[in-house]
Amino acid sequence: MTSKKIINKMADNIDPSLFEFAEYDETKGELSGYSNYSFWRSTVQVFMKNKVALALLIVIAAVVAFTLIQPYLPNQKSPTQIYINPETGMQFRNVRPNGEFWFGTNSIGQDLWARIWSGTRTSLFIGFAVGLFEAIVGITIGALWGYVRKLDALITEIYNVWDNIPSTVVLIILTYIMKPSISTIIFAMCMTGWLQMARFVRNLIIIIRDREYNLASRCLGTPASRIITKNLLPYLVSVIMLRMALAIPAAIGNEVFLSYIGMGLPIDIPSLGNLINEGRSLMMDPNQRYQLFFPAVVISVVTISFYVIGNVFADSADPRNHV
Amino acid sequence: MKYFITRLLRSLLTLIIVVTVVFLLMRMMPVEGYFGASFDKLDEAQKVAKLENLGLLDPWYIQLKDFYVDLLNGDLGESITYRPKVAITKILGDKLLISLRFGFASLCLSLVVGLSLGILMARFKGKLWDKLGTWYVVGANAVPAVIYYLLIQVFFTDIFNLPLLFDKSDPKSWILPVFCLSLVNIAYYAMWIRRYMVDELNKDYVRLARAKGLKNKEIMLKHVMRNAFVPMAQYLPASILYTVSGSIYVESLFSIPGTGGLLVTAIQRQDNSLVQSLVLLYSSIGIIGLMLGDILMATFDPRIKLGSGGGSR
Repeated sequence: MTSKKIINKMADNIDPSLFEFAEYDETKGELSGYSNYSFWRSTVQVFMKNKVALALLIVIAAVVAFTLIQPYLPNQKSPTQIYINPETGMQFRNVRPNGEFWFGTNSIGQDLWARIWSGTRTSLFIGFAVGLFEAIVGITIGALWGYVRKLDALITEIYNVWDNIPSTVVLIILTYIMKPSISTIIFAMCMTGWLQMARFVRNLIIIIRDREYNLASRCLGTPASRIITKNLLPYLVSVIMLRMALAIPAAIGNEVFLSYIGMGLPIDIPSLGNLINEGRSLMMDPNQRYQLFFPAVVISVVTISFYVIGNVFADSADPRNHV
Repeated sequence: MKYFITRLLRSLLTLIIVVTVVFLLMRMMPVEGYFGASFDKLDEAQKVAKLENLGLLDPWYIQLKDFYVDLLNGDLGESITYRPKVAITKILGDKLLISLRFGFASLCLSLVVGLSLGILMARFKGKLWDKLGTWYVVGANAVPAVIYYLLIQVFFTDIFNLPLLFDKSDPKSWILPVFCLSLVNIAYYAMWIRRYMVDELNKDYVRLARAKGLKNKEIMLKHVMRNAFVPMAQYLPASILYTVSGSIYVESLFSIPGTGGLLVTAIQRQDNSLVQSLVLLYSSIGIIGLMLGDILMATFDPRIKLGSGGGSR
């Protein structure tokens, strides 16, 4: 009887305005120690502080955008058409860079400018495809490997065997057996690439999976799939982005390597590897070296950019480097 | 001791799996590679007869058994198009020696230069040396190796008047290939030593040593470098052995008669049995290198054990 009375009294005394959302005020927030910290904003802030990485990010964005819109610009030549000189009826063989052919022509009269952008498009496509595929396979296997205890021993054994084989050998053998094409090259590169991603993901998951908040989630009956996607994966963002960013220059380099040993794409598909190979055969003639230099410069810019951006981004996505 | 045995057995198991898989994969190859130039001249019956002669029409498990028996007798078969009818072991023998010599020379160079560069970078952290070194490391890791090899070959031969191609009688022709082979390893060692020294200099044991009044040089040599050497020991044997395969570019660019250049030639001439032997050679080199590295590391650092499941919990 009495107790009910008191509760009623308390309910009467509650001020409903206390239960409304307060507006965020930065000065008051500082007094109580509240911060409107946001992971992504801090990451971007730290990244922006690195001027070199920022400049390279702009460069690479411009290069990627340009390779995509280049074929639709006016006055562009076809990368595979052989140009004939109307006066002599002969092909434009090894024409040095001029107003008509901005980067010159190659030994059978194809326009090097168009070929370089077309080749960059091919190589970047291979790079992005390999990076994406590695991420999907690597994260899936890494997450299972780290989280499901029963699978641990099995996947560790598979990893040990697979990792012991030099990846160059796997690349060579797979492309030697399959017919060279864009999809077989991507496949061969993915066969070795996911290993590292899986290992990094697995190691991180093992470190954080038994932290208290995950224990709590498990006690409350959260299914494993939800724990992996909601509790664990956000922690892996920086590692995953780093591996993906490094996979792109590695894939471009592997494509160049395969072309070099004669296992690359067919020569009618322009790619950076094929262009380097064409340039190499002519490099002893100082007048023809432009055919090697132009693709070499493009490759260097693209690979260095991805490498630096990946590393700087991984540093800035690490919460320890946030203010 | 138990560690060594487990590690050895694991490597052996890996090797057997790899050899078997490679062998079976090579059976899926087009058969042209077994005929050489005579492929177009032969009729169907002759082709079948030749394949039968080579044992290629047997079921795969019999081929596999024959292959292992031959392998144990040290017989890798005969080359088909590269040097017809010559035993592959004989072809490889001379070439391995040359490749190993180059590997060893480049290892010495990259250790000396790499370690000095790394120590220099750590001492002047954030200064000019460090920045230059970092750019070098980024360039060596990011850019495909063949690009700077080609540029080196084009320019250095002109500037320093060095021979373009390898020539056994001319010691000057060693300079550029060894230099090229070392570039990536220099970057690896420099980066590793720099990161290690920067991390390690704030550790408690270094502070204790400094508090005891040890000289900087002594701390570096007796404490930091010794610890830094352990993970590097793992990489050492692999890096010598990898040069046997990692020199694919350099050897074919400078036409050095080693095994790396041989693989490119064998692929271009579609010599199936030579490609198969080379691939087996490279995978065993890789596996043995990793195993030696692990064993060397365990010898230097008694804390390391091959725990079950990676030993991380």
